[in-house]
Amino acid sequence: MKRQWKILVVDDEEVMRESLAAWLREDGYTVDTAASGAEAIRRVTADDYAICFVDLKMPPGIDGIETMIEIQKIRLDMPVVIITAYATVDTAITAMKEGAQEYIVKPCNPQEISLLVERIIRMKNLERENLLLRERLEKQYTFYDIISKNPKMAEIFELIRDVASLRSTVLIQGESGTGKEMIARAIHRSGDRVEQPFVAISCAALAESLLESELFGHERGAFTGAIERKKGKFELADGGTLFLDEIGDISPKLQADLLRVLQERSFFLVGGTEEVQVNVRVIAATHANLQEKVRAGEFREDLFYRLNVIDVRIPPLRERREDVPLLVRHFIERIALELGREITDISEGAIRLLIDYDWPGNVRELENALERAMVSCRERVLGAENFSFLVARAAEDERGWTPPGTQTLAELERKAIEATLRRTDGGVAEAARILGIDRSTLYDKIKKYGIKRG
Amino acid sequence: MSFIALVPGQMVAPGLLVTIGECVSRTIGLSVRVLEPILEPPEAYDPQRRQYSSTAILRLLIELRPQEAARLVAITEQDIFIPMLSFIFGQAQLDGRVALVSLARLRQEFYGLPPDEEVFRERACKETLHELGHTFGLTHCDDLGCTMSLATSIQQVDTKSATFCPACTILLAERLGRFGRSTARPSEEESP
Ligand SMILES: [Zn+2]
Ligand SMILES: [Zn+2]
Repeated sequence: MKRQWKILVVDDEEVMRESLAAWLREDGYTVDTAASGAEAIRRVTADDYAICFVDLKMPPGIDGIETMIEIQKIRLDMPVVIITAYATVDTAITAMKEGAQEYIVKPCNPQEISLLVERIIRMKNLERENLLLRERLEKQYTFYDIISKNPKMAEIFELIRDVASLRSTVLIQGESGTGKEMIARAIHRSGDRVEQPFVAISCAALAESLLESELFGHERGAFTGAIERKKGKFELADGGTLFLDEIGDISPKLQADLLRVLQERSFFLVGGTEEVQVNVRVIAATHANLQEKVRAGEFREDLFYRLNVIDVRIPPLRERREDVPLLVRHFIERIALELGREITDISEGAIRLLIDYDWPGNVRELENALERAMVSCRERVLGAENFSFLVARAAEDERGWTPPGTQTLAELERKAIEATLRRTDGGVAEAARILGIDRSTLYDKIKKYGIKRG
Repeated sequence: MSFIALVPGQMVAPGLLVTIGECVSRTIGLSVRVLEPILEPPEAYDPQRRQYSSTAILRLLIELRPQEAARLVAITEQDIFIPMLSFIFGQAQLDGRVALVSLARLRQEFYGLPPDEEVFRERACKETLHELGHTFGLTHCDDLGCTMSLATSIQQVDTKSATFCPACTILLAERLGRFGRSTARPSEEESP
């Protein structure tokens, strides 16, 4: 199986590049080398590689991380291993977040690298088998890390490509866990702002005053504790993209402030008088139905139209169940690598169970479920028994509906809230969404019933 | 008549070279000549790593190889490296002419154990055969007992034997051109 795989080694330093290549060739791989990011991109465009080793430190122009990002634009599932020296491990960790499969601190133990290569190759073999299978079945759409063969998702991918380089605001609507941030990142990465920062903030996580200073920054002495001038997310994202998650949750005052930035492309720091100009593309996301919020008077109509220039609606996972098997295989491969476990497949029974489940937490819940199952799995193949917690979850949902018995409505409400919070691991925002009530209402009820979270 | 040249680096015991030479000629079937010791090139020394650059030594060996020698293997006491790795046991030009074997990590003492000359010699033979195998175009073998299996730790060196598995033996013989026509680069020097 080895000989059919090619490996690419990218490093501007000749000795480093050629000696690693030679070492890998002794192991039976066909190895190509590239002395620069540009050459690497040319090679990846022309050829398929199982692994790309990319040195983090390359001369300005196109460095290791940029090379990796470009490579993964061409082959989005290409495993890139970043090679780094001790001094730059922090950057390597950033690289992991950007999509590097793994990073290696040089000089590394020969055993470490040989195991790493073996692991990736094993995955690639598996992937290839699955791919051959899949190709026979149906066409599949992938866009960056988003995997789908659902036609609605394909439309979204197309839309992303069309609008990626525009400045227009994008509003992404979808339930929790549908991957709204991934879509936002895909828009950023496929556009001409790719070299610029992508800054994300969840508006639900912070109290109003904090969120205000997070977004717009604050002047020194603006409030107690404001020891120095702090840049806000808008300033940090200048030239790039600002992703505002859970936009439906912001207060009327912030709605007004945000509208102003979108209209004027400038703002004032908290406690400041100087106007700051920014060139930021805003991508907003929400799990709530914003139009309904507008109708209910909870969200400014003018802001809604400002945000909703480009409208992306991600269907929940239960409306694209055909993607479950694809996602499952994708996650198994990834998680197996992360956990260093040799789990290579999933049983027919388990797949059926996962397809049938409703996934209120969507793709994220699926990913978490797989991770939980794989941690407990002692075999090479995941079985239905590894997902017993899902069956319990579904049963719990059903039990919640059946026996009103002698309980009062208040008791039922309390139980429903407790059960939902358990399911969301104490996450109030998500619980509120599932229960179909406001977060503030849910907070009130949690207080009223004295419910402990998490 | 072509032969395999063994070149000792500084301080390599002559007795060890005899053992390796016998093992190589027995296993590969070519005669072995031990050449004059060489000085590991000072420019190959990395003072920070306190190791020798394997690539730099190989470069010197390419120049040193006598025309008549089919292959040249240098045996060094120095610990060697390539930039990516903390150490290597040896390195070869795959399908090439020269190879290098380091003795630095083959002694029991290196691992804090009492010396064992026999174990040490056995390991040196295995690594020499392994690197020579590479010069004949063989890549790593999945048979853990085969001398061509990859060893990244001393345990793995000890797991394998100083012989080629049947598959590697056949490949090697083909490369040596012993069975009829050689499939790999036929060359006068390689025919016994
Ligand atoms: Zn080898
Ligand atoms: Zn073998």
